[in-house]
Amino acid sequence: MNLTNTKKEIEMADVEAGSSDAILEPPKPSAEARQVHAQAKRIDAEKLNIYYGDFLAVRDVTVSIQPNKVTALIGSSGCGKSTFLRSLNRMHELIDGAHVEGKVLLDGTDIYAPSMDPVLVRQQIGMVFQQPNPFPTMSIYENTAAGLRLNRKKMKKVEMDTIVEKSLRGAHLWEEVKDRLNKPASGLSGGQQQRLCIARATAIEPEVLLMDEPCSALDPIATLAIEDLINELKKRFTIVIVTHNMQQAARASDYTGFFNIEKSGDPGVLIEIDDTEKIFSNPSLKETEDYVSGRFG
Amino acid sequence: MNAGTLSTPEEPKAGKAHTRFGDRAFSGLATAAGLTILVVLAGVAIFLLSEAWPAITAPVADLPNGENLVKYIWPLVFGTLISSAIAIVIAVPMAVAVALFTSHLAPKAISMSVSYLVDLLAAIPSIIYGIWGIAVLGPASVPVTQWLADNLGFIPLFEGPASTTGRTMLVAGMVLALMILPIVSAVAREVFQQTPKGLQESALALGATRWEMIRMVVLPFGRSAVVAGSMLGLGRALGETMAVTIILSVSGIVTFNLISSENPSTIAANIALQFPESSGLDVNVLIATGLVLFAITLAVNMVARAIISRREASGER
Ligand SMILES: Nc1ncnc2c1ncn2[C@@H]1O[C@H](COP(=O)(O)OP(=O)(O)O)[C@@H](O)[C@H]1O
Ligand SMILES: [Mg+2]
Repeated sequence: MNLTNTKKEIEMADVEAGSSDAILEPPKPSAEARQVHAQAKRIDAEKLNIYYGDFLAVRDVTVSIQPNKVTALIGSSGCGKSTFLRSLNRMHELIDGAHVEGKVLLDGTDIYAPSMDPVLVRQQIGMVFQQPNPFPTMSIYENTAAGLRLNRKKMKKVEMDTIVEKSLRGAHLWEEVKDRLNKPASGLSGGQQQRLCIARATAIEPEVLLMDEPCSALDPIATLAIEDLINELKKRFTIVIVTHNMQQAARASDYTGFFNIEKSGDPGVLIEIDDTEKIFSNPSLKETEDYVSGRFG
Repeated sequence: MNAGTLSTPEEPKAGKAHTRFGDRAFSGLATAAGLTILVVLAGVAIFLLSEAWPAITAPVADLPNGENLVKYIWPLVFGTLISSAIAIVIAVPMAVAVALFTSHLAPKAISMSVSYLVDLLAAIPSIIYGIWGIAVLGPASVPVTQWLADNLGFIPLFEGPASTTGRTMLVAGMVLALMILPIVSAVAREVFQQTPKGLQESALALGATRWEMIRMVVLPFGRSAVVAGSMLGLGRALGETMAVTIILSVSGIVTFNLISSENPSTIAANIALQFPESSGLDVNVLIATGLVLFAITLAVNMVARAIISRREASGER
């Protein structure tokens, strides 16, 4: 698994290829911009079909998700946004009978290759869920360190303290919790709990952070706090966020993808993805326009 | 109670009155049930105390074998505690393993049949366990206990000489373990299954393996259930009569040696053996041992409750 090399090759390939004219390819940032935050990785899905047993839930997604950018996925409920998101870090296959066809490349390495360990994939592609769900039996500190304990078991206390503080600061939570790190996480408000979950997910330094409607259980103020945070986080991570809130997609994302479903029972399809600004002002497809202007769904 | 009228909007007043009546009736019933339990408990305690009293106050010379009452009861208490301790030590890890296997590891079809089989263990009458213990497990244990005595004899538990019949404390404890396995594992499985999906997924999304996820989320979530289930099992093991009566060869000594043919009896088994042939003060003595058993089980329950509520109070579960 030589990801570093592959990554360089891909970057070179991108630079040479210039802007591709594939429909589902959002415009690429300049090579220079990429170099500034070169640490996060890109994701390419190729001809991805996602199934629950025999039921095809998402059909034929080919898309590139740019590193160090926020990509929002919108679309009416049931059109497969969560399903797609969960297929990006192999959480999908945890459901009985669930499987995928096609490829998901993390900087060129297929995460569905037979030799890939899903556990290692999930360490590189972290996830934040809709419900804030810190581990109830653990303290705030323990929650933040939970992933570190798994991945690098023999870490010195000072080192761990440093990472915990960095992660909590990075999640804009440090000031609020620094005096009660050893208190149970269940004592925090919903918004604080969600930021703790973000700290927990980022503490292991993944390449990509997937967020499935991370604000839908939160009040507007907590929501804005998370959106601010997302804007910071993209300096270090590639972010994919599912949201049903179109203002949120417009405010917080660089690219927006629209999932559509013909009729109930049909598979969801990613029909358009582009600069967020373009999607919300002048999308190419009528379905997208109907959806973002509120004439549908 | 007429639930139908409760939500009828045209009759808000009647609805309200009904609700009040229903509430009152229900809380009355609940209070009555609670009080009944208290009364029964107090009744049993009073009966035990009053019947044990003559034995407690009798002069030593009048007691069976002219023995001090404490001297008589102590080996029984010891036997009761040690057989139950063996049962718990064996059964709890097994029960947790079975519960995890059926709730999180096995494919659905296998897990269903395994749970079903384990639950069936609870349906076997204790007399059958006793017969099985003395006819099958006991003889089968002889070579093992012989080996233990030869090789690990320096540990007091396996000091030997090993029984040649297998009617040992170890076998009694193992049979008790089998008997309490279903209840402990059923309680644990129920709660393991209820571990919130979101927590399990969060752990997996952090890159936990299945086993790490279980240690991180499922076991902490189910910990107090395991304690509670173990206490239920312990309660059953402490009071178990038939199987122990049949298996143990009793000599009334106090020893940690689990594999010899010289064993203390347990309170319950001793009562079962002695009661039919007792009269007069002997009966009072047996009831006094019953009183002690009652006190032990009560204490076990209270300790369990204390453990569980302390966990809850400290924000853990
Ligand atoms: N665990 C599951 N088993 C079977 N079908 C599912 C499961 N989860 C979601 N689906 C189906 O997959 C489709 C997409 O669902 P989902 O990805 O949750 O949509 P969204 O997140 O866009 O609301 C829906 O038709 C839904 O019924
Ligand atoms: Mg969803």
